[in-house]
Amino acid sequence: MTSKPRLMQGNEACVEGAIAAGMRFYAGYPITPSTEIAEIAAERLPKVGGKFIQMEDEIASMGAVIGASLAGLKAMTATSGPGFSLKQENLGFACLTEVPCVVVDVQRGGPSTGQPTMPAQGDVMQARWGTHGDHPIITLSPSYVREVFDMTIRAFNLSEKYRVPCILLMDEVVGHLRERVELPDPASIKVINRKRPDFSKIEQYNPYQDYDGDGVPPMVNFGEGVPYHVTGLIHDITGFPSTSPAVTEYLISRLMRKINDNLDDIIDYEKLYTEDAETVVVSFGSTARSAIRAAKILRKEGEKVGVLRLKTIWPFPHKAIQELAPTTKNIIVAEMNYGQLIEVVEASAKGRFNVIGLNKFNGELISPDEVIAKVREVNKNA
Amino acid sequence: MRKNLEKYFRIDKLPHIWCPGCGHGIITGAVVRAIDNLKLDKDKICIVSGIGCSSRAPGYLNFNTLHTTHGRALAFATGLKLANPDLKVIVLTGDGDCTAIGGNHFIHACRRNIDITTVVFNNSIYGMTSGQYSPMTPAGAYATTAPYGNIDRNFDLCKLAQASGATYVARGTVYHVPQLIKIIEKALQHKGFSVVETVSICPTYFGRKNKMGSPVKMMEMLRDNSVTVKAAEKMSREELANKIVIGEFYEENAPEYTEEYKKIIQKAQGEE
Repeated sequence: MTSKPRLMQGNEACVEGAIAAGMRFYAGYPITPSTEIAEIAAERLPKVGGKFIQMEDEIASMGAVIGASLAGLKAMTATSGPGFSLKQENLGFACLTEVPCVVVDVQRGGPSTGQPTMPAQGDVMQARWGTHGDHPIITLSPSYVREVFDMTIRAFNLSEKYRVPCILLMDEVVGHLRERVELPDPASIKVINRKRPDFSKIEQYNPYQDYDGDGVPPMVNFGEGVPYHVTGLIHDITGFPSTSPAVTEYLISRLMRKINDNLDDIIDYEKLYTEDAETVVVSFGSTARSAIRAAKILRKEGEKVGVLRLKTIWPFPHKAIQELAPTTKNIIVAEMNYGQLIEVVEASAKGRFNVIGLNKFNGELISPDEVIAKVREVNKNA
Repeated sequence: MRKNLEKYFRIDKLPHIWCPGCGHGIITGAVVRAIDNLKLDKDKICIVSGIGCSSRAPGYLNFNTLHTTHGRALAFATGLKLANPDLKVIVLTGDGDCTAIGGNHFIHACRRNIDITTVVFNNSIYGMTSGQYSPMTPAGAYATTAPYGNIDRNFDLCKLAQASGATYVARGTVYHVPQLIKIIEKALQHKGFSVVETVSICPTYFGRKNKMGSPVKMMEMLRDNSVTVKAAEKMSREELANKIVIGEFYEENAPEYTEEYKKIIQKAQGEE
């Protein structure tokens, strides 16, 4: 049974999805265009027994989210470009200490204060490498309001399952867009919780021991009677700092492995008309909707064009690019930035495809007409 | 070490990394003794720190311990406490960690009056990075980044805490240990945000740069220059120059943050 259809904003769907996934803690600092997420969370959370706090800044919000998650609550924060930058150090802390949490970034134009009210997709690389050092991360990007709901649940589930921060990379269009949405029956929603140690099999709990060989250590929450140490320093399986090269290499490798060994579980994308496509438009977020619209129009005119809509941005779905049909010659990467994702697409294309960028960074979205024009231009020159 | 205190320490992590003569071990010992005297539930205690010499203390303590990013201990601690108000949250932080990079979090934690006890290890210097001036380094003192003398004026941390809304504020020193333990006990029992500034000594960097002599000499300096709050009331501004005023400055019963939030939950659920 689904709920009655209602008009819902992307940012609102994000909070509803988070609560459905079990979010019971939100700490944030207002920033356009993510602010509605904080406002709605402030209203909704206490109704389900959860906690909302408006912290003094973005850095504090990220710290509070990590603290709350260690205390056992599913925790989230939301922000936009400049605030996302401020969160990066503590985000790296969560990556290294394997504290599950969700960070929503409703992108706006940058750099710096940039264009607060205008759409952009300029945080693709910040979402991957915004914090220092080698670290795992998962980044999802929704295109539709209903998908924001589903993907926020997925963000929590992946974060809990792999003990890694998960970033929901939205853009202003998706965050502020209102669409008709039917929410699923709560009973049908699959919720994943962090793995707990099996104390019948464990003599000594080491908080960073890979007991199951899947790279993900089981987690005890603070206050449950099994005290342990958490530090942002490189640590051994007991959680204590180590300067040993072997310990360092093992830890970083395990952190990367727990994601890299599970790409099929994490990576999600949508393919449209790609079976015989000569040109494929790769896109994500609101831009992908223009790409899909353009492809539908062009197909009617007989143009062999397809769309690859990325739902998982990081880890990057290299296989989806490499497995494009033998007919595919050209890839157009449409994104509202100067060209961030295109470099990764070029890396996976390994020269097999012509990779062309369709970029817009003036605070306006990429329209279906612009995608159509680009496809025609590419096909004519090909 | 007293046998009954051993359970509070991770004995296998000792010896500690602090320099000979450092006062931080005394503060750590005072915190543990206060916890022991109050018979607090060990499993419900979370000790949170930031970065710096002081912030390595939790690594030696056998509780739920969290060594966070520089200056952010109070932000992490706020999340821990609000998420689970049953936890006894103690923040151990240094003067640089708390008042420079963490200054904003400090004043806002005071303002919220969340039930966290913060013990500031004030050795007047950045020890971990080897002797740069901190916001608590007295004006005129020398540091590696103040080779001609420090012209920054230092905070009065207790006044700052009180003005920001902390509801228990006290200062002790590593020389006056029994009194320090008592103050920390009171802070731990206080419902609300409590701050204990503890004047510590850093012979390696602050003492050496400022020609203060041996650790023993520095301890004698604490002894000879400390005056109680009560005595200070009768002293002139000039007489109080370069003196360390110790004791309890402020105590107030005010609404505590996590309890206020419980009321928000009741309100929100009642309206449904």
